[in-house]
Amino acid sequence: MVAQINKSFGNHHVLRDVSLAVSKGEFFTLLGPSGCGKTTLLRLIAGLELPDSGSIFLGGQDVTTVPANKRQVNTVFQSYALFPHLNVLENIAFGLKARKVDPVTIKHKVDRMLETLRLSDLSKRFPSQISGGQKQRVALARALVNEPNVLLLDEPMSALDPHLRTQVQAELLELHRQIDTTFIMVTHDQGEAMFMGGHLAVMRDGQMVQMGTPREVYSRPKNKFVAEFLWGANILLATRDGDRMMTTLGPLKTDDQVSWSQGHLAIRPELIVLEDELARPKDNLVRAKVIQAIYRGASVELLLDPGPVKVVTSPRFNPQPGETVSLFIPSADLVALEGQAA
Amino acid sequence: MDSSALPTPIKKRSTSLSGYLAVGPGLLWLTILLAIPCLSLVAMALASRGQYGEVVWSFSLENLRRLIGFGLFGWSPDLFYILLRSLLLATITTLLCVLIAYPLTFHMASRRPSIRVFWLILVIVPFWTNVVVRSYGWLLILGPQLPPARLAAFLGFIPPGSALYPGTLAVYLGMVTTFLPFMALPLYASVERLDREILEAARDLYANPFLVFWRVTLPQTTPGLSVGIIMTFVPAMAMFVVTDILGGAKYMFIGNLIQQQFSQARDWPFGAALSLGLMILTLLSLGFRRLKAPGQKDPFPL
Repeated sequence: MVAQINKSFGNHHVLRDVSLAVSKGEFFTLLGPSGCGKTTLLRLIAGLELPDSGSIFLGGQDVTTVPANKRQVNTVFQSYALFPHLNVLENIAFGLKARKVDPVTIKHKVDRMLETLRLSDLSKRFPSQISGGQKQRVALARALVNEPNVLLLDEPMSALDPHLRTQVQAELLELHRQIDTTFIMVTHDQGEAMFMGGHLAVMRDGQMVQMGTPREVYSRPKNKFVAEFLWGANILLATRDGDRMMTTLGPLKTDDQVSWSQGHLAIRPELIVLEDELARPKDNLVRAKVIQAIYRGASVELLLDPGPVKVVTSPRFNPQPGETVSLFIPSADLVALEGQAA
Repeated sequence: MDSSALPTPIKKRSTSLSGYLAVGPGLLWLTILLAIPCLSLVAMALASRGQYGEVVWSFSLENLRRLIGFGLFGWSPDLFYILLRSLLLATITTLLCVLIAYPLTFHMASRRPSIRVFWLILVIVPFWTNVVVRSYGWLLILGPQLPPARLAAFLGFIPPGSALYPGTLAVYLGMVTTFLPFMALPLYASVERLDREILEAARDLYANPFLVFWRVTLPQTTPGLSVGIIMTFVPAMAMFVVTDILGGAKYMFIGNLIQQQFSQARDWPFGAALSLGLMILTLLSLGFRRLKAPGQKDPFPL
């Protein structure tokens, strides 16, 4: 869909050889920290920017140089960008009117959209007279009423109150389930990207780092950046010694293929198994001292030395700072990250 | 549906003595500099000219009769023509200023802040120069020896060796350069506040560039535009310096006429009546300001 895109603003190379394939009807999420180029990529797909090189295909057609107003793509902008001088109804009808759809059809489609997004009571209000959540629904309605092939969402939740977000995320998923439009959403919130469920792509410094399902990306991070960005995995510096990885915690084994002599291993805090007492000796069993224990109610979070290594475990355990505990690190969950460490 | 987002009406404050004291100086200012001069203008307009050009303070509607075109020799369309000519001059000047100010202000607003200041200075500095000086400046630039006139002569628009003045081109050059700041500055205030994302949203929603301007840019910049139109149109109606210097004083405009009444003709009462007429026209044009985008706050509330 997007092939080998490059884009610079002045000397700043925003996107470097970015390629991306999104299948029809999918809910695709672009995840990355701010400034990674994800919004620029979205604007390129919308046609609001032109790439320096590379091509963009929509449904098999090259649309790289097609202007925004002629692309079957609509956007929900981060600030919603509703027309302040038009009321809700006129905002939603804007795209259809611009394409000179006949008034009867416009009325029919707009009314149906107002109903779907529970906006019928607000149709005569102006954007300045409605709440943030309502504005977001108007922005969605204004884009979706045009029945685009692709709906682009630029950080659609960022302007909402945190307690509203979960509800709106669920609504968005439900809406996506009802129509067969492809959704591409940009976000810097890992939780949101996970929640949306479809494929996700992690971006950094204008490059695609990893693509896959949330489970793949979360449990098998490709490199240190992904491992840390998605809820901070434990990263261990390791030196290879045959099939044993020498770390500060002790020698560990991993099921992964290791290509470096010195590099990084990642283990999710919740995948480390805390052993009550030293059981029968086995591989990947190490000892560490508790520095800090935080009771979270549903879980206990431990900070351990050496490391520091973070462990999330069942609240059944109640280790005290200073105590020494035994940890079992399953070799299947110990991920060997790409790249030789200096 | 929650209605908490509805704007709540602002409570009316009760007026008190301190309130009057607070507006006192302003009120005094307005009385001395606005109300009294206006009233004396009305009084003057209702007086008449004595035999030697002195003001005779006897009530007469003669000037109002003359204002609508009745002179010594019955009704003549002269005054009507003068008015029409002034209207045409002011309208075309305003239109040209709008046409130039839109791209100019968009260009300015999209620059980096430090460069914006430079552009603002470029727009404002000519506005500090006296209009007579500026008009004579144009005379020099449009003179027969300099490239503009030579080019025009080469292309056959004017006979070789002649200047580009007096003429329509010179007059509009003078008018537009005089009034452009009055149009560009208020418009700039609106354009600068314009949300670029809204323009992009319009493009994204299938609007071609013309439609984006017509349905989004124009309604969103109406406050600045209407102030600019008034600030250009009204003084352009009364302008006579530029037309005299660059137009060769061949045609009479309202401004010339008023100026004449107060100088050569020594007919202050008729001059006052003419000024009053122009003022009423101005006030009518202020009604134009009611055209305001409902979503955008008026940056220049009157």
